[in-house]
Amino acid sequence: MSKEAPIDRAAVVHVAKLARLTVTDAEADALTRDMQSILAYVKKLDELDVREVAATSHAVHLETLLRPDEPRPCMPLEKVIANSPERIGDGFGVPKIIE
Amino acid sequence: MDLANLTAHELTEQLAAGKVSSVEATTACLQRLEKTAGLGAYLHVDANGAKKQAAAADERRAKKQSAGPLDGVPIALKDIFLTEGLPTTCGSRILEGFNAPYDGTAVKKLKDAGTILIGKLNMDEFAMGSSNEHSGYLPAKNPWDPTRVPGGSSGGSAVAVAAGSAYMTLGTDTGGSIRQPAALTGIVGLKPTYGRVSRYGVIAFASSLDQVGPMTKDVTDCATMLQTIAGHDPRDSTSSVEKVPSYTQALEQGVQGLKIGVPKEYFIDGMDPEVRASVDAALESYKKLGATLVDVSLPHTDYGIAVYYLVATAEASSNLARFDGVRYGKRVDPGKGLLEMYLETRGKGFGPEVKRRIMLGTYALSAGYYDAYYVKAQKVRTLVAQDFKQAFAKCDVIVTPTSPTPAFKLGENTSDPIKMYLADVFTVAVNLAGLPGLSLPSGFSKSGLPIGMQVLGRPFDEATILRTARAFEREHDFSSRRAIS
Repeated sequence: MSKEAPIDRAAVVHVAKLARLTVTDAEADALTRDMQSILAYVKKLDELDVREVAATSHAVHLETLLRPDEPRPCMPLEKVIANSPERIGDGFGVPKIIE
Repeated sequence: MDLANLTAHELTEQLAAGKVSSVEATTACLQRLEKTAGLGAYLHVDANGAKKQAAAADERRAKKQSAGPLDGVPIALKDIFLTEGLPTTCGSRILEGFNAPYDGTAVKKLKDAGTILIGKLNMDEFAMGSSNEHSGYLPAKNPWDPTRVPGGSSGGSAVAVAAGSAYMTLGTDTGGSIRQPAALTGIVGLKPTYGRVSRYGVIAFASSLDQVGPMTKDVTDCATMLQTIAGHDPRDSTSSVEKVPSYTQALEQGVQGLKIGVPKEYFIDGMDPEVRASVDAALESYKKLGATLVDVSLPHTDYGIAVYYLVATAEASSNLARFDGVRYGKRVDPGKGLLEMYLETRGKGFGPEVKRRIMLGTYALSAGYYDAYYVKAQKVRTLVAQDFKQAFAKCDVIVTPTSPTPAFKLGENTSDPIKMYLADVFTVAVNLAGLPGLSLPSGFSKSGLPIGMQVLGRPFDEATILRTARAFEREHDFSSRRAIS
């Protein structure tokens, strides 16, 4: 990562779009400043040679435990849907996707 | 003595002896809550529901049908726990008005144990913060000095216990969010081993790090609460099948012959001298109690924060993708189609710290940067975990300060994210390694602020941690001091 240029404002705006976040101009400025300083800080990981080290995704060994595949009643539809911002019939309403 | 200042086990004794009722204890908590409302501990209070539950608990007791040691004890929950019948916001405006359709497993176990649920507690939005100042609603304040923060992200959980508006609370700890606020408010907080407590019904932040744990007035209460919530849950495939031992049985056995590791990397230049002196004195105290101090080294400690803020933000950016204004939560729809709805909903719904972390995580996972940031952080995570493995070959527990400073002032660290992140410098490594760690009061500063120390243990060895903590607590009165009288 040491060769990378620090993140610039255009990259911040691009990442915001990837993350599905609108950011105001002021937010983009602040995020650029903050991300530059945070990314500069995490560069300290470059001090370590980790070429031979395995990556850890979970620290404690856990077997993935699947419960028996038995039919059980599911949550009533009314409960599932009660929190949705828009209900259409028995489904979640979303803005039109296809013109 | 005010009923609200009792520990849960003292209350239980009085309940059992018929000296007080659960209704009286619940009323005492609610009165304390009113008296300390300015501390901002709670986001939702269910006074009527709590009184009803308390009356039912008293009825059970009268019929000799009490459910166990926590029956009739008023508690409260960090607002990250799904609760049916009470709002759950996770400290975020994006979940304003959300009512969960079910109880999480830890919540259900506490309800089944007969506890009384007073309400839901303030927190940093989506558990992202170390001061509770990133709450989407209001900052919580430290009961020992309301111009100071209570720590975070389980700030409300710490304040409620320290101020007496709940006898015990649940928090969650991803990088120190139980232990750091416990230290800053003078209470006991335990982050159990990764997988020890089910996370079903807990809003996810960083799934390889998150763990649920007790926040209590003393070590005995901590053991009882852990006993109640620990164990495998078929609804959480990451919860462990490792047998749950009795945490209360060995509690009073002391530390004679125990080897306590002291890592030099946790006693660094620049840390608060009073914190250092307090933990040094605690180590001397352990020597007098018959423990042996062993020098150990955790050489990658200094990299912990960098690893944490890449791993945790990467996982958070994925976990928080679910808040998109479709199935639950707030929706902001400018009427320009689906993408605009997503962008506006999330842009308006999330606060600045959550956005900052989603951005950082998205960047660390994005094409071209994945290996340089995320994979690299995971590799250094391996080194951090190995440090502990090697250290625990030489000792039974490790004792360190919990936080480099006592509670800092409100506003002191909000303008500099890295400065705020460094508040977790002594706590994040434990999450990266999946280990259990407990914070308990080790003393007070000259100005009267609590100081905490951490006892860390091997995976699933919470019993030894609790015994070590209890041995110290028995010799000192720090845990029995109350912020509000």
